Amino acid sequence: MAADANATGVDERRSSARQTQSDDVDAAESADDRLLEVENLRTVFHTERETIRAVDGVSFGIEEGETLGLVGESGSGKSVTARSIMGLVDDPGELLPGSSVRFDGRELTDLTEKGYESVRGSGIAMVFQDPLSTLNPVYTVGNQIEEALSLHRGLSGIDATEKAIELLEDVGIPDAARRVSEYPHEFSGGMRQRAVIAMALACDPDVLVCDEPTTALDVTIQAQILELLSDLQAEHGLSILFITHDMGVIAEVADRVAVMYAGEIVEQAPVVELYENPRHPYTRGLLRSIPSTQQGAERLETIAGEVPTPNKAATDCRFAPRCPEAFDACEEVHPVPVPVEEGAEDHTAACLLYPEDEPRKAAVDRHAAAGDEDSPESAGSTGGDSR
Amino acid sequence: MSQQPERGDTGLAGLDCAPGETLLSVRDLRTYYESGDLIGGQPVKAVDGVSFDVKKGETIGVVGESGCGKTTLGRTLVRLEAATGGEVRVGSDDVTELSGEDLKAWRRNAQVVFQDPESSLNDRMTIGEIIREPLDVHDWGTPAERRARVRDLLEKVGLQEEHYYRYPHQFSGGQRQRIGIARALALEPEFVVLDEPVSALDVSVQAQILNLLMDLQDELGLTYLFIAHDLSVVRHICDRVAVMYLGNVMELGPTDELFEDPANPYTRALLSAVPEPDPTAEIDRMTLRGTPPSPRDPPEGCAFSTRCPVKIRPDGSDEVDESTWEAVEVFRETLRARSRTERSLSERARELIGLETRFATVDEVVGELFTDRDIPVSVKEPVDQAADLAREGDEDAALEHLKGELGSVCDHESPEDHAVGTEGRESRCHRHAAEYEEPSAVGPSVGGED
Repeated sequence: MAADANATGVDERRSSARQTQSDDVDAAESADDRLLEVENLRTVFHTERETIRAVDGVSFGIEEGETLGLVGESGSGKSVTARSIMGLVDDPGELLPGSSVRFDGRELTDLTEKGYESVRGSGIAMVFQDPLSTLNPVYTVGNQIEEALSLHRGLSGIDATEKAIELLEDVGIPDAARRVSEYPHEFSGGMRQRAVIAMALACDPDVLVCDEPTTALDVTIQAQILELLSDLQAEHGLSILFITHDMGVIAEVADRVAVMYAGEIVEQAPVVELYENPRHPYTRGLLRSIPSTQQGAERLETIAGEVPTPNKAATDCRFAPRCPEAFDACEEVHPVPVPVEEGAEDHTAACLLYPEDEPRKAAVDRHAAAGDEDSPESAGSTGGDSR
Repeated sequence: MSQQPERGDTGLAGLDCAPGETLLSVRDLRTYYESGDLIGGQPVKAVDGVSFDVKKGETIGVVGESGCGKTTLGRTLVRLEAATGGEVRVGSDDVTELSGEDLKAWRRNAQVVFQDPESSLNDRMTIGEIIREPLDVHDWGTPAERRARVRDLLEKVGLQEEHYYRYPHQFSGGQRQRIGIARALALEPEFVVLDEPVSALDVSVQAQILNLLMDLQDELGLTYLFIAHDLSVVRHICDRVAVMYLGNVMELGPTDELFEDPANPYTRALLSAVPEPDPTAEIDRMTLRGTPPSPRDPPEGCAFSTRCPVKIRPDGSDEVDESTWEAVEVFRETLRARSRTERSLSERARELIGLETRFATVDEVVGELFTDRDIPVSVKEPVDQAADLAREGDEDAALEHLKGELGSVCDHESPEDHAVGTEGRESRCHRHAAEYEEPSAVGPSVGGED
């Protein structure tokens, strides 16, 4: 089939781009050769009434030069995942014991605030959704980039200014020599986001965490920023964690995609595979409810109900109440990510329907067994579940 | 379409036309916001000469980027903003001039659903009170009838009767938008302006609301003006679409035709910028340079001329290569950005006594853009003179000079609406005139030709 051939072509291109495995990674310490490895991340927020499990057992990794798309609806925990990686979770939030974020083989979750500062910026940098709230309105754009340069690279004075101008030019800001002494309010939305990206790049990071970087922008400006990010990635060999709710943007930027629902990753696959062959009922519903993919359809398909707020350790499938394919076991067994079929190690789904080629009963038992291994620890560590 | 329900007298003769007839006829509508400065300030030309018809029972979409005037247009149609010029005809009445009982009748029949369900509902009123408020204001029926009507509306938009006594914070975004819709429908309007009604919602909830809106239109024979920046939503729900840019309607036509074979360069660029939810899609993207100009100071010629990828070149410029032209356009864009920047008092003082300011870097700009280029003298001279003017701090004069020497019809004359495509489609671009090549002939191909 023509479409298939096309898909493989793209796949090859993508994977060959990814073959630049790093030798710098300290292989002895790192479980495998991924630059950023998140394992069993659980971030909870304690409120008076309950404990919100915003991120509940999320695991993924990003290789060098790769873009991982993290997609989900509001409240699914994507932004909290990003903030957890950056060490930006404050009281009343905390990372539960057992959560692990490894960067370049180094565990970040037990770093002190001081230790984290050296990672932020120079190792992992973050671009937030709203550039206006990232930039300080009372300092010039140049000041703010220079601040990052002096903190992490020890540059100051004219050197820092020159470097700042160079960075602004790199991110495509025209007339950078004048722009560097302007204030954020004098920049347009797209220019501000460019300035924020320049700031993030100031310390030459290896990983860029982008949290909805184009959501506040118009489509023509969004196209400019996406183009810029992909140019910068090619130039600097950046790994990017790209968070968005827009399935169109994800299709364009990501090499692999992880779909989040209610604090968990429900499906993870290479981008072409995910769009052509979505397995988890939630991913399917999500893709079907996008207007442009159903030209001529009279009515849009919807997913009934709304995203729940997880406040207890999961003992069932959190999507079951909205799932068109739910069966009895879905309310009793908490699914874990498993390969969708034998041999499909890079395509996982957390759903009792999978592995598809296993008898249903055996598949359910497999999920149940994996869940039991997990549960004593997670149940114990959620002491805050009381009202 | 189902039979129209009994509506009683709408109060304005023009509203009672049959489905498919012209309900609203907008002609050369202008809405300017005064700057508020004591001296001098230019008004913001939010809507700057817009003409189109709205047919009864249709959904007409208005798309465009932020600041293009689409929301102001919607607000002007329902008299939330006062028009500066032009007219909005309903039958023999002009909406912009209505007053007294007639205005009240129009307001009953023209309602708005706002974008942000967080801020458009009063947190201190119950859902019942919110939906009933328009009925109270317009003295609709008896109190008992009003309560019955509210319960009826709650059911219609998919909420439950017991929600009557709850408060907005107890509802999710999708449910709040349902409340906003119920409030807009309370007085049985003919015409509803939907101002980005699903932009704040997640995609699965968005689909629910779009379905609801389409069901209600079928049931009640409503006419929608659907304002959105999300093109896929517009494509799904609208019969016709108007594409706005800087207060102008650049292209207007039936949805499918406009999406599959866009005629205007701006429409083409806008459509090509939308990311497809298909990772294998091959997109021939036209990435636009820069940002839209300020609506305070729109370009004299075509509104899109500062960013247009297929702008017409002046006569006798055939020997100049493409990248040099691009450099000229970037230079002009840079000067425009500079002329917009407000100079602080100290900078003006420095300029007066001849000290160096941050605007003195124009030589760097020129150097970066034009060195290493083989520039014909017809381009070099105007650029050098403009650089001289800019160095003296007079960017406006520099821009005028460049426009005079290197500008084309796109810079000097406002384009007319040309009929394109098969039926009732118009595009505002000089390239549709017989003496130039069509935009599609020069730009990359876009649209649904796959």
